[in-house]
Amino acid sequence: MKLLTGNDLPTGDVLWWTGSSWSRHVEDAADVGDQGESIARAEEGARRVNGAYVIDATATPEGPRPAHIKDRVRALGPTVRPDLTLKPADPAAGSWVI
Amino acid sequence: MYKYDQYDQQIVDARVEEFRDQVRRRLAGQITEDQFKPLRLMNGLYLQLHAYMLRVAIPYGTLDSRQMRMLATIARKYDRGYGHFTTRQNIQYNWIKLSDAPDILADLATVEMHAIQTSGNCIRNISSDQYAGAAADEVADPRIWAELLRQWSTFHPEFSYLPRKFKIAVIGAEEDRAAMRLHDIGIQLLERDGVLGGRIYVGGGMGRTPMIAPEIKDFVTADDLLSYVEACLRVYNRYGRRDNIYKARIKILIHELGADEYRRQVEEEFAHVKSLGLDPPKAEFDRITAFFAPPAFSTDAPETIDRRDPDFAVWVDQNTAAHKQPGYAIVTISLKPTGGIPGDATAEQIDLMADLAERYSFDELRVTHAQNIVLPHVRKADLYAIWQALDGAGLAPANLDLISDIIACPGLDYCSLANARSIPVAQKIATRFADQNRQRDLGELKLKISGCINACGHHHAGHIGILGVDKKGTENYQLLLGGSGAEDTSLAKITGPGFDEDGIVDAVETVTNVYLAKRAEGERFLDTYRRVGMEPFKEALYG
Repeated sequence: MKLLTGNDLPTGDVLWWTGSSWSRHVEDAADVGDQGESIARAEEGARRVNGAYVIDATATPEGPRPAHIKDRVRALGPTVRPDLTLKPADPAAGSWVI
Repeated sequence: MYKYDQYDQQIVDARVEEFRDQVRRRLAGQITEDQFKPLRLMNGLYLQLHAYMLRVAIPYGTLDSRQMRMLATIARKYDRGYGHFTTRQNIQYNWIKLSDAPDILADLATVEMHAIQTSGNCIRNISSDQYAGAAADEVADPRIWAELLRQWSTFHPEFSYLPRKFKIAVIGAEEDRAAMRLHDIGIQLLERDGVLGGRIYVGGGMGRTPMIAPEIKDFVTADDLLSYVEACLRVYNRYGRRDNIYKARIKILIHELGADEYRRQVEEEFAHVKSLGLDPPKAEFDRITAFFAPPAFSTDAPETIDRRDPDFAVWVDQNTAAHKQPGYAIVTISLKPTGGIPGDATAEQIDLMADLAERYSFDELRVTHAQNIVLPHVRKADLYAIWQALDGAGLAPANLDLISDIIACPGLDYCSLANARSIPVAQKIATRFADQNRQRDLGELKLKISGCINACGHHHAGHIGILGVDKKGTENYQLLLGGSGAEDTSLAKITGPGFDEDGIVDAVETVTNVYLAKRAEGERFLDTYRRVGMEPFKEALYG
């Protein structure tokens, strides 16, 4: 599957395209098929996202899992600071990245 | 230390307001990201993996307690309570909001700080010896020249769009604590026949094509130093490649031209530049010099140190250095606790270090390229009080220049350029070698880790270097041996095939065991490697 990701313009937060809007959680991401580039252009033009790009991912029962470790780090947060990730209460969350 | 005059303050204040307007226009959609990106980079603002990252300049790594407290305030007010001290003697914040950036720069400007020239193809923050003004082996204070170069290079119209970024280091001692020959220009101050001048090295660097800078001029008198550096830059600006980013650094130009031809062109240009009257008039030079006058040292400070507390005694032996003034010492505060993140400090720790500097070190601190903090002028009689305060805040690891004093770039945990994580590897190695006696038995061992080929973690200059690479989507780590960023500068060589995350920790232990088995009396790891060569290490690693 293909996911569309980018950053929120004013905050820089990592965003994922859900099919109709943007979420900070990769679990909400939708398969954009071959529409990623056109969605990215439209959303960047509307300043709802910055630096959007398409990535490969795998569908899993827990939700989409980006194919590359870099995007998994983006999705979760720094593996060396669990307290600063999106799942600070889950000390095992880092294993999803690796 | 240097204090801004009205011109310094005006240009920094004006830059803040200029950037505030640029951010406003970007958020309002009046300029695109393609238009905005070079503007934000000129103000040190990157877009990294998780958020915007702001890199704040700390000129030649020197700052006072007021500035240090501002760094803590920014961490607390605009970031997530911590900052990361870098191998460029700067500090980075990882969780900055674009909308906050102008206010942060305004706050920095109130304490004579900024983020200018921490990115882009310009002359970057000048780096220097963290022991400047305190070292016993110093012929002249390099900060005077670093400050002169800072003023000269700030917004230099001719050098704001160089082929590529440009890094200058200045040292004033025989011992090189600034990796001087791994800079685009390295200047070593020295005296010849009673005249102060500098030896000029040009074309060093790390990154994907590491090179040790060749000597371009064995001695330039202090009166000509600025003109000579300008000539070096002019030749590069004219002939450095702009068609290929990977071949755009000055090291490539000099490699392709040859050092002799580059030198000839610089000499020709220097003859012209010298006629322009660029070097500062004596009054201006004296004005700058006065800011770096030695502090009012006590002339009767006691030499003795009460070493009854054994942990304190180990820290004194490991983390203090000889000071030029009797009764004083140079203290290095290690930001490398076992299992910690190299170079990170919390706002509370930053505040504490500021307090200690104000109370015990004539209000001065230094950031080192090894990602530690220095209190440069401490009475030996105050060392125990300082150690107690540091120990209570997790800032007293006694590991300076030992295997756990690891340089590590942010790596894939934060950096969008990285291919592999650096910090977890540093943490695992530091934990494996946590035993103090084991570390001290290994002696000086500089281990440096980069998460990609850009080498922000200086892996080429590590006695042991580690380079993280992407191997078919997984992290892999190459091991290098034999590098040095000191006066015996050398580039590390790759041992062979890489290792996974746990494998590289084992590999480090393996090469240290080879060292222990083969070392001669008094040899450091690097000395043994140079004597016995790579083969025994490869044999132990790969069989």
